Amino acid sequence: MKIVFTRTPTFKDCPTHYCPGCGHGIAHRLIAETIDELGIHGRTIGIAPVGCAVLAYNYLDVDMIEVAHGRAPAVATGMKRTNPDKIIFSYQGDGDLAAIGTAEIIHAAHRAEQITVIFINNAVFGMTGGQMAPTTTIGQVTATTQKGRNTKGEGYPLQVSELLAVLPGAIYVERCALSSPAQIRKSKKAIRHAFELQVNNAEGLSLVELLSPCPTYWRMSPARAMEWIEKEMIKPFPLGRLKG
Amino acid sequence: MRNISESVLMCGNEALAEAAVIAGCDAYFGYPITPQNEVTAYMSRRMPEEGRVFVQCESELAAINMVFGASATGKRAMTSSSSPGISLMQEGISYLAGAELPAVVVNVMRGGPGLGNIAPSQGDYFQSTRGGGHGDYRTIVLGPSSVQELVNCMPLAFDLADQYRIPVVVLADGILGQMMEPVGFQKQPGRDLPPKDWALTGAQGRDQNIVRSLWLKEGALEELNYKLQARYEQIQKNEVLCEQYEVDDAEIVVVAYGIAARIVRGAVDKARKEGIKVGWIRPITLWPFPTEQISRAAAESVGAIPIRFRIFLTVEMSLGQMVEDVKLAVAGKAPVLFYGRPGGGVPTVDEILGKIKELQIRPKTQYAIRDTQYK
Repeated sequence: MKIVFTRTPTFKDCPTHYCPGCGHGIAHRLIAETIDELGIHGRTIGIAPVGCAVLAYNYLDVDMIEVAHGRAPAVATGMKRTNPDKIIFSYQGDGDLAAIGTAEIIHAAHRAEQITVIFINNAVFGMTGGQMAPTTTIGQVTATTQKGRNTKGEGYPLQVSELLAVLPGAIYVERCALSSPAQIRKSKKAIRHAFELQVNNAEGLSLVELLSPCPTYWRMSPARAMEWIEKEMIKPFPLGRLKG
Repeated sequence: MRNISESVLMCGNEALAEAAVIAGCDAYFGYPITPQNEVTAYMSRRMPEEGRVFVQCESELAAINMVFGASATGKRAMTSSSSPGISLMQEGISYLAGAELPAVVVNVMRGGPGLGNIAPSQGDYFQSTRGGGHGDYRTIVLGPSSVQELVNCMPLAFDLADQYRIPVVVLADGILGQMMEPVGFQKQPGRDLPPKDWALTGAQGRDQNIVRSLWLKEGALEELNYKLQARYEQIQKNEVLCEQYEVDDAEIVVVAYGIAARIVRGAVDKARKEGIKVGWIRPITLWPFPTEQISRAAAESVGAIPIRFRIFLTVEMSLGQMVEDVKLAVAGKAPVLFYGRPGGGVPTVDEILGKIKELQIRPKTQYAIRDTQYK
């Protein structure tokens, strides 16, 4: 009998704490597969965000650290500068990267730090109970925009990837989605490319934004959440390669 | 590398930076703020010379988090700043404490609150010795009083940080940072330090290492806090540094640290020449505080019959922060008075001498009232 598929070793064999239909599990597996395919397990250090994915180290079997909300790109800078032979990646949500951590991500890109950022955009603050994020879409109902996000006073969805793409220090920026098998395959390719750039010592920051479902705080079934990404979320966040 | 046998004239900021380089600092992360800018400028030149890391960061938040990242991989990392910048770093210092990571943070204090001014101050004593950020933790705090002592503090700070896996604050001030004094950089033998087997170096041939400060399971965080507390007790037992001068027969004991202690020393010498029985206790570690030493000095005053009056005078460049620790140490056994200048005010030798003389000529019974604020 020929084995055609198996759990990739860097992805731990354990029960998940994520909600049904959550995108984190998919993103974790794509990262684990990439690490194993590139043979960098023994020299990779991951940075977990504040949010549901703070427990990423329960699933990814590499050295990992928890950091303060938004500060991952600064922590990654400290790690990479002192350990240029290591592969450093941060895993950050949209509250983390697009709200409290905007200074750190912009300046890590601006300094052309040789790190890889996986940016999970699910349009809400997940762990704290589904509050508005900078990435919340117009009209989207959240715990803190109960009548739907109103541009007057609450602003517009923040397109961080587009902001980063204009910086010379960001060498690769791509937005993908975890909304279907086809999109997941594209996401995998993008993640792999982002890591490969670092492995090849490319001089700058690589970032992959993943539109990711949060059925719990979107108040939708997992299937409906996937549809919502493709019908609604891609309007302010169009998919595709923005840089590199 | 400087010729370490020679004595050179350097300002405190540059001297502490060179001392950090000699102490094996692998990475320096900083952000401009007066009055410590010479540290950043010096490191920007010296660290690359040694093939080490220098980053000018986008903020003090980023600086302390870069220290966090470098330290987590087992490297010796430091940052320096001045009061407002140190306030911004408190988040990161709390995370360092929670994650049990070593780090060296130099605070060249200036006047506050708020943007304050750029004059020397000792207004950050509470912030430094009480943890400073959120949570139940301590940092080791060293309070040097000369440029040479500042230099000597740097290797000690790195060693203490590594030995106890704790952030160490070197608490200087604008005078120490700016003034030039002759210093030597004799390399002292370092401590025997435990291996950093917890460091993130890539899980090659071993289980995954995780550096964390989140403990959600019931009782887990309580357990971490007890573990930290046990370490703090070890530090209090083993690492107190303090200098005493002319205390034995002193009727007045002045307690001061840092640059204020330097000024007090001048006043004590002058007073002694005039026949006033005055001595001086200078805490070098501000946490752990020399509680026992001060307590002993206070007990002497009630041990004999008739009671020998001994008055404690705490002098600070603030409106009274360390004086609370002095009072806790004295524990009501003697009067503890205070004299201080806030907001960048620097007392002169004669000003302190004047205060000592006033104490000396007052009828001794006046000090039977405890905790008198000395005006």
